[in-house]
Amino acid sequence: MPERRSGAGLLFEGADWDFDTLRRTYDAMEVIARDDLGLDFYRNQIEIISSEQMLDAYSSVGMPLMYQHWSFGKHFIHHEQLYRKGITGLAYEIVINSNPCISYCMEENTMALQALVIAHAAFGHNHFFKNNHLFRQWTDPEGFLDYLQYAKAYIQRCEERHGVREVERLLDSAHALMPSSVFRHRRPPLLSEREARARERMRLEEEERAVNYLWDALPVSRRPSLDDSDLRERKRAMRLPEENILYFIENYSPTLKPWQRQILRIVRNISQYFYPQKQTQVMNEGCACFVHWEILNRLHRTGRLDDGTMLEVLHHHTNVIAQPGFDDRRYGGINPYALGFAMMQDIKRICVEPTAEDREWFPAIAGTGDWRGVLRDAWANYRDESFLQQFLSPKVMRDFRLFACTDIHEDPWVTVAGIHDERGYRAVRDALARSRDISVREPDIQIVDVDLQGDRVLHLRHFERDGVPLDRTAREATLAHLRHLWGHGVTLEDVR
Amino acid sequence: MANFIDRRLNPRDKSLGNRRRFIRRVRSHVKQAVDEAVKRRNIADIDRGGRVSVPADSINEPHFHHAEEGGRRERVLPGNKHFRAGDRIEKPRRGGGGRGRKGSPDGESEDDFVFALSREELLDVFFEDLELPDMVKRTLKEVVATEPRRAGISMTGTPGNLNVRRTMKNAFGRRLALRRPSDAEIRALRERLFVLESIHDPDHEQRQERMRVEAELDELLRRKRRVPYLDPLDVRYNYFEQQPRPKANAVMFCLMDVSASMGEREKDLAKRFFILLHLFLARRYEKVELVFIRHTHVASEVDEDTFFHARESGGTVVSTALKEMRRIIDERYPAADWNIYAAQASDGDNYAGDSAGCALLLREELMGLCQYFAYIEIIAEEEARFLTSDFNGTELWLAYRGVAADWPNFAMKRIARATDIYPVFRELFAKRKGEAVHA
Repeated sequence: MPERRSGAGLLFEGADWDFDTLRRTYDAMEVIARDDLGLDFYRNQIEIISSEQMLDAYSSVGMPLMYQHWSFGKHFIHHEQLYRKGITGLAYEIVINSNPCISYCMEENTMALQALVIAHAAFGHNHFFKNNHLFRQWTDPEGFLDYLQYAKAYIQRCEERHGVREVERLLDSAHALMPSSVFRHRRPPLLSEREARARERMRLEEEERAVNYLWDALPVSRRPSLDDSDLRERKRAMRLPEENILYFIENYSPTLKPWQRQILRIVRNISQYFYPQKQTQVMNEGCACFVHWEILNRLHRTGRLDDGTMLEVLHHHTNVIAQPGFDDRRYGGINPYALGFAMMQDIKRICVEPTAEDREWFPAIAGTGDWRGVLRDAWANYRDESFLQQFLSPKVMRDFRLFACTDIHEDPWVTVAGIHDERGYRAVRDALARSRDISVREPDIQIVDVDLQGDRVLHLRHFERDGVPLDRTAREATLAHLRHLWGHGVTLEDVR
Repeated sequence: MANFIDRRLNPRDKSLGNRRRFIRRVRSHVKQAVDEAVKRRNIADIDRGGRVSVPADSINEPHFHHAEEGGRRERVLPGNKHFRAGDRIEKPRRGGGGRGRKGSPDGESEDDFVFALSREELLDVFFEDLELPDMVKRTLKEVVATEPRRAGISMTGTPGNLNVRRTMKNAFGRRLALRRPSDAEIRALRERLFVLESIHDPDHEQRQERMRVEAELDELLRRKRRVPYLDPLDVRYNYFEQQPRPKANAVMFCLMDVSASMGEREKDLAKRFFILLHLFLARRYEKVELVFIRHTHVASEVDEDTFFHARESGGTVVSTALKEMRRIIDERYPAADWNIYAAQASDGDNYAGDSAGCALLLREELMGLCQYFAYIEIIAEEEARFLTSDFNGTELWLAYRGVAADWPNFAMKRIARATDIYPVFRELFAKRKGEAVHA
């Protein structure tokens, strides 16, 4: 039996949970999260759901509210089958970046697992959502659920008015372009979603009241000229080149009706909302794992969790942060949970008991002892790529036995560029950081020109990085969707 | 402080709408699967749900992404064992080493997308071909018909089911037991008090009495307030239970000409016709037995598989099948205990001179025993164009027309397409509906 250092006693015993136990446990964890780790989180809303509801949430991109579309049905069936056959388990939780922060916990979870999940989601992810600069800058947790509610109702109204099929075709095309429809560099005009909604509604009513003669009213007498200055002027006016494809179509399409523009806007707003998550997988999961680890260990040390509970927690924890080697059958890429957790543990170690190597690599933080502050700063100000670049230590690379290799298509072999040794640390770190960079992972496609008064052909350019081409079938299929949306010709040119 | 919410009781099937959309999207594949089920399965098994397989590329959700191969890539992998910087590793023959076991989240896989169809969804597609009216579809899909039966008294219920008598009885008993003062008692005290109050100069005794009466009246009024006339505790409701409607047994005879002129198409249409009748009957009766009688120039009772799939050669004498049916009824299904239904499918061929005998058999013997006899004549599509009038046709058709004129429970129809099948049953269904209203 562990020594009991605080007189509070066990929070719970056994596997069963009830709402009182959950509340008691939550309160105990909240004290640690706030006072010891110094976390700053949105108010929590914890919802208990059944496995079926979890599957529902899964298939509508983890959102409690979503408009209807066949692809969500397809994903639901897909997940359901995997789950039924026991190929995959369900996530223990889903957490939503909203204020209050909503976490879903499954009813099937044991009490130990509920504690783990709450520590992980309601404190770990929640703190990350509230503090990371990307989320602060690009998402609106106050209004997003309201916005989804509005989007759902709006799309339903469109279906009633214009037919389910018509809306479905539009959504199919919009979904195809969704990943290519985020602002990566420029901040979209800032409006709280509530204001935007009110404004949007007014604008729509206005537009629907009068037929849109905008394009008919353009002066037709002036022949389009290929004069350089005209071209520059045209591009400047449309803010070309433009990386956010749906944004451009929404604003400049010569054929779309107001309701269609509005739906495109909804789709790209949702895409934008998920953009920070894509860039912070390692950090987000690492933060959540680190937080649940700290909180639960602390509860165990102070005698508030019994050994059985802790063993169950450890079992789940080790499953989540397992990293099979590249030659293992289970290998599916670098596990962001494993890497994030290992790095954050390592930062703590560097702050508290640094080695000579750490002092050389991390002079600013080694031995300062303030691991809480360092981690909070990292969580707030980095994204995966910069976090790896800044904090991936030789020890973690050695522990993971990381090695970098270069694969040139024409060569029949792959060259090992560096391994976890003195000469290779930097190469491995740089390569890993770059591989987490979204601009490397996703193709760089931009709209470069269109002559709205001439042939209206939309010109796109794909900037190939390192000669990596686009997938041919997906490229053609996606272009077909783009043509459908634009209503005129579309070209896509590959540039090295 | 966190907010805990129990969502488990929220409405289920939130994604049902999405599922419907998906099924509509892969309509053609679903239809294929259902047609397959119609062909392969037994008549009574049709409504078991099914499996649909959809080629992955027809429900692909494309987006721009990098190809698997080409260009120069840097990868970082964990779990190095013996590599050193500068080592060259042979590439595997096909594809990079990076593909893991997990499918991509978009569900893109090389394999077909397979999913299960529920009973309801399968029937929907099955009915679509038959062009059933919605009302009929709904009733056929109902698993059990129930009706509310009184089942005693309950403490909870809707105001519409309030049992006034029982409620007032309870209230009365409670008022007695708790000694609620009656209005008469209170009135008497009030009157006495009034008298006492109106005395101009009360003596000691009168003053005492007045105080006593006032106290007593207060007490009674207090008690009256405490013990209400009607308390929520007294209220009782009539309670109804949904009980399955009583059902009897039925037997369904499937009669079919299996001579060489009946090909795959004819048999498929006939099978749909039998399935539909079976669905109608399965809804109404607890147990529906199936009897299959096939005939050429001789008739015999066979199992379902033989019925639809085995080939026979020989002439065509329809009356043999009717005689066989009569024999089986006498032997196993006395009309007093069984509801007898019959469905006959044929291409109209019959041995010359036999048709009159068939009509006679029906008139004299079978129609009196049968609840319903449906006859379909399966014709080729091009035939359907010139056989527009019911007044001409094969000898069998004309003979049966005479029977139909006399017996309202005899239905007949020419069928060239699946959509033609339902009208045969229209009357049957309409009649049943009428009956149910009167019952």
